[in-house]
Amino acid sequence: MQVTINGKAEEIAGGTVLDLLKAKSIEPQMVAVEVNDTMLERTHLETTQLKDGDHVEFLFYMGGGR
Amino acid sequence: MEFTETQINRYSRHILLPEVGGKGQKKIIQGKVLIVGAGGLGSPAALYLAAAGIGTIGLIDSDVVDLSNLQRQVIHQTPDVGRPKVVSGKEKIQALNPDVNVVMYEERLTAGNALKIMSGYDVVIDGVDNFPTKFLINDACYFAGKPLVHGGILRFDGRVTTIIPKKSACYRCVFKKPPPEGLVASCQEAGVIGVLAGIIGTIQATEALKLILGIGRPLTDRLLDFDARRTQFREIRIKRNPDCPLCGERPTITELIEDGDVGGPTCALPGQRNL
Ligand SMILES: [Zn+2]
Repeated sequence: MQVTINGKAEEIAGGTVLDLLKAKSIEPQMVAVEVNDTMLERTHLETTQLKDGDHVEFLFYMGGGR
Repeated sequence: MEFTETQINRYSRHILLPEVGGKGQKKIIQGKVLIVGAGGLGSPAALYLAAAGIGTIGLIDSDVVDLSNLQRQVIHQTPDVGRPKVVSGKEKIQALNPDVNVVMYEERLTAGNALKIMSGYDVVIDGVDNFPTKFLINDACYFAGKPLVHGGILRFDGRVTTIIPKKSACYRCVFKKPPPEGLVASCQEAGVIGVLAGIIGTIQATEALKLILGIGRPLTDRLLDFDARRTQFREIRIKRNPDCPLCGERPTITELIEDGDVGGPTCALPGQRNL
């Protein structure tokens, strides 16, 4: 199925948001996840099934400034 | 107040703009902006706000200028190495525009001093390099009811967003708490392309000016991410989160706290380049 990840369309196998994070080797504690413009609680990463056409945003911490 | 001849001349390109005019320029001259961190983001923000004629600029920074700062912190110059950043910053601002009143705070922003310092300002600009202080600024602006222009830069990426407390999404609506310390590398390790500070810092200054003028559409409920490799901006819609620990329906943060250890500068993002 196809989902949009950070603005780019991608073909994925399906599964939960946590599965997708694992597939991309992203540490769940380092990212805030928005699915279809709504922030996901970290505890829901595991229980949220992705659906065809979902818009997923992985928002990484961006520090720095000095 | 009436403009002097010098002011009419200095600010003529602003006054010519229908959205600014004499009335708007007076708002700018009466405006007070607090810049937390006189470094990469704070430098261009301070210089452009000074050029614009912002009446009062507050600079908070406890550091002295280091040679490695000069790659991006354009308010400081080679002879300033070793001097307090707030002193160096004040000199450059006043050389550019002697009308600006610069208030120096040669200290760290803390839960103890933040609300008192912020109370005298209209807008706060986040130009700090560590997460605990970014969260502290977010929280303090919320409790003080001050609009905040948040910014961050790292490697080739930058981010900016404007937060109007109780009206638009705050930093904790997206990121509930600072990242675990063990997972974050230091800025020195991560590096940053210097020009990013100029790009993001001047957007922060633009947002501050718009807020003071009351014009346009603020960068609220949106994260504006910039990728310098591709020269691409991307806007991510965000919204107030009912579960936000600060501004949500059942807040758990009810007074100013220091969340995490304000140690060295921290900024890396493991995983981001996997996308
Ligand atoms: Zn919030």
